[in-house]
Parts: sequence; C-alpha cells; structure tokens
Amino acid sequence: MTTATPPAPGPLRRFFDGDVWFSFTSSPVAMGAAAVAFLCVFGALFAPWIAPHNPFDLASLELSDARTPPAWNEGGSAKYLLGTDDQGRDVLSAIMYGARVSLLVGFASVVMSVLVGVSLGLLSGFVGGKTDAFIMRVCDVMLSFPSILIALLIDGVGRAMFPDAHDTLAFAVLVLAIALPGWVQYARTVRGSTLVERNKEYVQAARVTGVAPLRIMSRHVLPNVLGPVLVLATIQVATAILTEATLSFLGVGVPPTQPSLGTLIRVGNDFLFSGETWITIYPGLALVLIALSVNLLGDWLRDALNPRLR
Amino acid sequence: MDATPLLEVRNLRVEFPSRRGTLLALDDVSFSIAPGEILGVVGESGAGKSLTGSAIIGLLEPPGRIAGGQVLLAGQRIDNLPYEAMRKIRGRQIGAIFQDPLTSLNPLYTVGRQLVETIRTHLPVSESEARQRAIRLLQETGIPAAEARIDHYPHQFSGGMRQRVVIALALAAEPKLIVADEPTTALDVSIQAQIISLLRRLCREHGAAVMLVTHDMGVIAETCDRVAVMYAGRVAEIGPVADVIHRPSHPYTVGLMGSIPSMDIERERLMQIDGAMPRLNAIPKGCAFNPRCPNVFDRCRSERPDLIDAGATRAACWQVEPR
Amino acid sequence: MTAPADSAGAPLVQVDDLAKIFDVSAPWLNRVIDRKPRQFVHAVDGVSFSIRKGRTLALVGESGCGKSTVARLLVGLYAPTRGSVSFDGVDVRSLDPVQLRTLRRRMQMIFQDPFASLNPRWKVLDIVAEPIREHGLVTDADEQRAKVGELLASVGLAAADADKFPHQFSGGQRQRISIARALATQPEFLVCDEPTSALDVSVQAQVLNIMKDLQRQRGLTYLFISHNLAVVRHVSDEVGVMYLGRLVELADKADLFAQPRHPYTRMLLDAIPDIRMSGRQRTPVQGEVPNPLQPPTGCAFHPRCPLANARCSAERPVLKAFQGIQIACHAVEEGRA
Repeated sequence: MTTATPPAPGPLRRFFDGDVWFSFTSSPVAMGAAAVAFLCVFGALFAPWIAPHNPFDLASLELSDARTPPAWNEGGSAKYLLGTDDQGRDVLSAIMYGARVSLLVGFASVVMSVLVGVSLGLLSGFVGGKTDAFIMRVCDVMLSFPSILIALLIDGVGRAMFPDAHDTLAFAVLVLAIALPGWVQYARTVRGSTLVERNKEYVQAARVTGVAPLRIMSRHVLPNVLGPVLVLATIQVATAILTEATLSFLGVGVPPTQPSLGTLIRVGNDFLFSGETWITIYPGLALVLIALSVNLLGDWLRDALNPRLR
Repeated sequence: MDATPLLEVRNLRVEFPSRRGTLLALDDVSFSIAPGEILGVVGESGAGKSLTGSAIIGLLEPPGRIAGGQVLLAGQRIDNLPYEAMRKIRGRQIGAIFQDPLTSLNPLYTVGRQLVETIRTHLPVSESEARQRAIRLLQETGIPAAEARIDHYPHQFSGGMRQRVVIALALAAEPKLIVADEPTTALDVSIQAQIISLLRRLCREHGAAVMLVTHDMGVIAETCDRVAVMYAGRVAEIGPVADVIHRPSHPYTVGLMGSIPSMDIERERLMQIDGAMPRLNAIPKGCAFNPRCPNVFDRCRSERPDLIDAGATRAACWQVEPR
Repeated sequence: MTAPADSAGAPLVQVDDLAKIFDVSAPWLNRVIDRKPRQFVHAVDGVSFSIRKGRTLALVGESGCGKSTVARLLVGLYAPTRGSVSFDGVDVRSLDPVQLRTLRRRMQMIFQDPFASLNPRWKVLDIVAEPIREHGLVTDADEQRAKVGELLASVGLAAADADKFPHQFSGGQRQRISIARALATQPEFLVCDEPTSALDVSVQAQVLNIMKDLQRQRGLTYLFISHNLAVVRHVSDEVGVMYLGRLVELADKADLFAQPRHPYTRMLLDAIPDIRMSGRQRTPVQGEVPNPLQPPTGCAFHPRCPLANARCSAERPVLKAFQGIQIACHAVEEGRA
C-alpha cells in the first residue's frame, strides 16, 4: 500500500506557486509599492555610484550654483535636477545620500528590535510563570512612555556619557534609541503565538522524546511564530525611518556630517520663507514616498498571510 | 406515506470556483424525503454530506454556489429564491441543528429570549404566549425546571443540555423539515444516546421530517428510516436503513460496513478499503470509486453509473445492473 | 493490587495509586478581592493497574474521566502529585537524569490530532528522524535517511514521502507518520491517546490494522486510550473503565463485554448505538457527568446510579478483586447488582 502523492517541489517553486505570490501579482497596489520601495532602496544603497554629484565632497561644490531652483523652474539647470541648497549641494544627490543613512538606521533598528523582541516573547510564552509576568510588565511599562521621549532620553544619556566619541557612537546610540521602544510589539505577538503552539501535540511529542526545552523553542516553535513578525517588521521599518527623521529634525539624531533625510528637512526649513522651498520639500516628499511604499507593502503582506482572508 | 415528497433534491450540483479552476463538490445528487420521514445522509470527510445540508438550507459559503439541479420543498423550488424569501423559509419551514452547541447559541442572550425571538419571528403569537410555548418546548426536550432555566444563559448549561436547547430552537417555529448536521458528534457517548432518542421522539411527535447528516453509522441505525451513502460528492447507495446496513449492494458501502468495528462479531483484522477518497480536483473518470473497488471492470472506468435498482436499495454501481 | 505475574515475569508497566491534582484557582488578587477559595481538580484520583509485556490495556471513559491525564502521566508530560509509575520493575522516581533519558527511548506516545501532531514547517524526514538524532542512535545522515525510509515503509508509506511536508498528506497518512516517529527509537511501550478518534471509519480501520500488525511483529505493549468501546473491543486485551478520575472496573476484555458488572460500564455499553439493530434490551441513560470541581461525595457515580444506597453517597468504594476482575462498587460487593 503505497501513496500516490506527487514529488515535492523545491522551495522556490513552492513560493511562486503559492497563494502569497498570487496575491502579490494580482494586487496592482502591492506591485506598485514594491516597485517604488525597490527603486528607493536601490537608489539609496548605490548612491555613491549613481548620484549625479557628491554633496559632501566640499571640493566639488560651487558656491556660485547655490540656491538654484529645480530644473523645470526659471533659472534652474539640468545639472541640478532638483536644485541646490545654500551651499551649492545638489538636492537630488543629497536626498539619495540622506535616504541611505535613513534606511540604514531604519533597518538596523528594526533588526535589533526583532532580535530582542522575538527572543523575549518566545521565552515569555514558553516558560510562563514569573518570567512571563515580569517580561509582560516590562512591556507594559515601556508602552506607557512615548517612544520619542525614550529616544531623546537615551540619546541625551549617550551624549553625556561619551561627549567626544561622537560620530560612530552616535549611530549606535540612535539605533538603540529607536529599537528600544520597538521590541515590545514583537514580544507580545510572539508570546501569544507561542502560547498557542506550546500546547500543540508536536511540541508534546518532542518533549516525550526528551528534546531539551531550548531546542524545542528554537527549532520547533520559532519557525511557526515568525509569520506575523514579518508583517510587523515591514511596517516598523517605515516607523523607524520616520522616528529617525524626527530625531534628526530635532537635532538629536545623526551627526551633521552624515545628514539623513530628517537633517535635510531641518536644514531646508530655514529657507521656506525665503521662497527656496525645494530645499525642504523634496527631501520631505522622498521621506513620505519611502514610508508610504513600505507601509503599503506591509499592509498587503498582512492580508496575504492572513489565512482567513484567502 | 404521501405521494408528494416533502423535500425533493434533483440533480443538485454545487461548484466552488477557485483560482485553480472550478471544483465540483456535489455532482448530480438526487434524493427525496417524505413528510415525517427521517433520512440519514452518511459519508466520510469530503464526501459532501454537510455541503448538501448547507445547499438545501441556502447557507452555502461563498464562493460556493448551486450550479445546477433543483431543490423543491413541498413542490416549490427553493434553490433560486432571493435572500429575503429564503430567510422566511428558514426557521418556519426548515429548522437547523448544527454540530457545535457552543457556537449555535448566542452567548449574550438568555435561552428564553432566543426561543421567544424565533417563535415570534415566524408565528403570529403574543410575547406571553411565545414564552409559554418556549417553556413547553424546553420541558419536552427534557430540561428540568424549565420555568427557571428559561432565563439562564447558554454558558450555564452543560454540553448535552445545550444541544437540547438547540433542538428546542429548531422545533420552535414548527417546521416541517429539520436539517441536522452532526448533532451528536461533539457529545459524550452516553449523552449522544439521550440526544438521538430525543430527536427521534420529538420529530415524530411534531410531525417533522429530518435530514440527519453524520459520519456515524451507529447513529443512523438508531434513528433513521432510510439512508443515503455519499462518496466524492455523489450518492453511492440509498435505501431503507436495515437493507443498506445488512445487505448493501455498492462495494463502497460493503467496505464501509466492514471497516466499522462491531460490538458483536470479533475479527482479527478489520476490512479495509485501500487508498483514500479522491480530492475534489482529482475525481476519477467514470465511477468515482473505481480505483479502490475490488470488483472493478472496464465499464466502471469510463462510464459513470446512475442509481440503479438493486433489490431493496438503489446503488450507483454497474455490477448491480441486470445483464 | 497487581495482576498476577505470569511465567513471563513481572509486568512491564506498573502504576500504583497514581494521582494528579491541578490547581485551577483564580489568580491571587481575584481570590483576595472576591474571597474565593482555592479550587482544585482531581483529574486522576488514585489509579492503579499493570500491563504485561506484549499486551494492550485500554482505558475507556467519557470526557473528564482523566484517561488522557493518565496517559500523559505515564510518559512524563506531567509530574504525578502522588503515586508511582514503574517501568520494567524500576520506579521512575528513583532514576537519575541519564537513566531517565534512556527510559524515554523505551516508551513513546501517539496523539489524537493528526493535524497538530506534526510540525507543519518540518519535512517528514526530520520529523521521523528527530528521536533518532536526539538520542544519537544513528549519526550518519545517509543511514538516518535509510532508517526513516524503513520506518515509513513499515507503516505503509513510501520512502520518497520523507521529503514532503505534512500538509501534503491526509489525516490517516499523518497518523501513520506519527506512528513511524514513535517507532524510531524501537520502544517497547506505546501510549496511544485516542489515535483514531479524529479519523474516518475506513481510515481508522487501516490505522488499527497497522497498529495490530506492528504489535505482533515487534512485541509492543500498548496503553490505548479511547472513548469508543467498539474500537476498544477490537484492539485490547484488558479494559479499564474510568469515571471522574477513578478506575471503576478493570477486567479482561472478554469478561468486561460479556458480563459488565459496574453500573457505569453497563450504562456505557447500553449507550452504544445498536448498528446491528438487534433490538437488544437497554436501560435508559440518566444524567450527565458531574462538574469535576464539585465531585459527588462517596462514590462519584452515585447520583446517576440505579443501585445507589446510603453507603454509596458516604463511602468511596475501593478497587478490589472480585470474581476474577477488579471493581469499585458497593452494590456489586454486596451482591445487589
């Protein structure tokens, strides 16, 4: 008595045959958002090679070109597509370099949040008891503080502790500041899923076999609770980028030598009333575009992975 | 028995359009139920028995839809009625009992309120008259201290009691037909026995016909007058209960009866039917059972048999045809 | 209260006065504010039995009787509140962690739900090989694969199925994969918790046949939990009937079904739908299983028992030997049944 099930396809084939890919190709919004996000990420990552100018190479700046409006306005030139700021830096290039910094900080903080949050959530759900209660209370406390305030606090502490070693540490502190309020949602979600999976028979079968609890947590339960984490992480990238932009706008984010989109917006803010609006508007638009496309992707992913909506 | 059947299902087809093509879940299903009769619809998972019940009540989950055939209640077609008309029929003419008593009752309203609401929706009686009826119904279903318990909430009843309330609810508007989908599967064995005898007795008393959908042949043997055996969305055999159980003609029915462990005969091995019921997207050509049938011959693989007279029962099997 | 040891030696599994009490009290704060007392459920309340090698003991009863809890106590998923479990003559409590680990190889469990018993993200190969890898029985990857292939073949599946995922299989096939996994360490004792309750009747027949074949081929000992008396009759050698955490009757299969003595056993047998429609005489079933938080005093069954008297509501009957079986019933002892 042998089975007649067809041979198993490889993982790539399974993905492209699956419901998730089908849902992607049938949603113009998802595909559009993915295209935009991809373009932004690509442009940002390869900025040093594809940006028309290097706005941070002081030698290449020409002060005479300062305050040039965007190419389609009167007085603009094709050399500086989106115009220049008060020091002659090309706005388009500045956006690309700035996006690079923003995205780097955004991704790094999300990765950190996920690592901390998923581990704590898994531990909390699996072990239960006092550990669970403690971790959940910590989550509750963290949620009662606005994340910007926590970020400001950590940043302030960081500056006070290391007033000299500013630049490299500034990034680390910034990433930490954004990641710290962020891990809570992962912990809660993963804890909920862990509680469900822990009672399933395949976990009990592993316990009967004598598998150690740590191994059960990491090899059995973890792969089954990661689904919602992916959705959250995608959306949180957008939030992280915006938080970083806010902090940089407030002046407590990235160091001024490596401006992010937020820094650019702040710098350009001073020129709003003198009519040189492009210096702040285009970085602002770029920020909105990135956040929007990532959010839309996250939305689509959540619906695609939700078994009930299929 | 009346000449006009109460419920008549003719060549019913139910489809599920999906992105991988259209799946045919019910294929040319026909049977009838006489007034006051209890018909059992038995089959394994995936045979389509619950789907038949849903299609008749008009509660098919979209994208499922009736793609062909007719359902007639007392001579009138009900499968093509608009939503409002069907809603009036549900409850008044057809009552329903589902498997899980926990989700069949609204946990936020008392049992009495749900009963009274059902009664007053379908029958022109006053509030107090409806309440009296409700109390009587609860007493009939064997709930002790009905006058007090009518104001209790569903969570205050045990599983078996809740199912009794569900039966009372189904009978509240005096329907002519009750569709019961696995009413005892979620209950303990001793409660199961109580519920099926209650169902049988009450339906006889109220003159309601019953379509009892279940996978449990024992329940069928205890309650039903006739039984239809379903396989892969089709009716394999139909006939009086004693004949289908003791003298089945269709090889699937024979295998099914043989694989049930018996309380009387002791065997070393249970009869087993090799293989499994085909999935909806892989139903074989000809007779759906042919890959697993011990007596298969050529005709079975190419032509699909209709229900053919086989003595006391009718079976969809070419063997049965007189040559 | 052990079954007489036959010439094959001591029983393989021996359970004495096993009990498990769950604390289901409301959280401390709620208890203080609402002044609620602590609440306990005696899921298993003093159960004793033994199983000889190569035999099958079935534990039967309705929901809440504690049979699943007994199964989990036996394999170590729960720690007993009281009582002892002995395997091959050795009390499990006296073992150190290393010995306990070796013991885990010798007993395994098969669960009820075929859909939750297998990790949906793992390949069948990894699922079945896990016990082998965990205990280091076979270290070479190719040999592991070969062993898994053998195990799959022994339950009627193909070796090529090892590269597939659980969702590609039906319920019956998944249950067979569970059995293959349970056999990976060549255990002597298998605890089966309602292994066929979630399966269709014809699939159940396939799985039960496989289990009986394997028992014969490998000399396995089974503890078979079920609520279905017909299935129990087919697979077991001895049957224990449980009610609200206690064993009320324990007898050889033939004795139990030919002449059930305990009123609850009789009630259970009477409640089985009569598929042969033989028109046999049946006593109507009364009442429902009581709330385990408030068990009746004395004999747990007395509120539903047609033979209950004053003694039954005051004094709890003890499982005793009686005419070749074991039974816990005052009425039977006193000759009233």
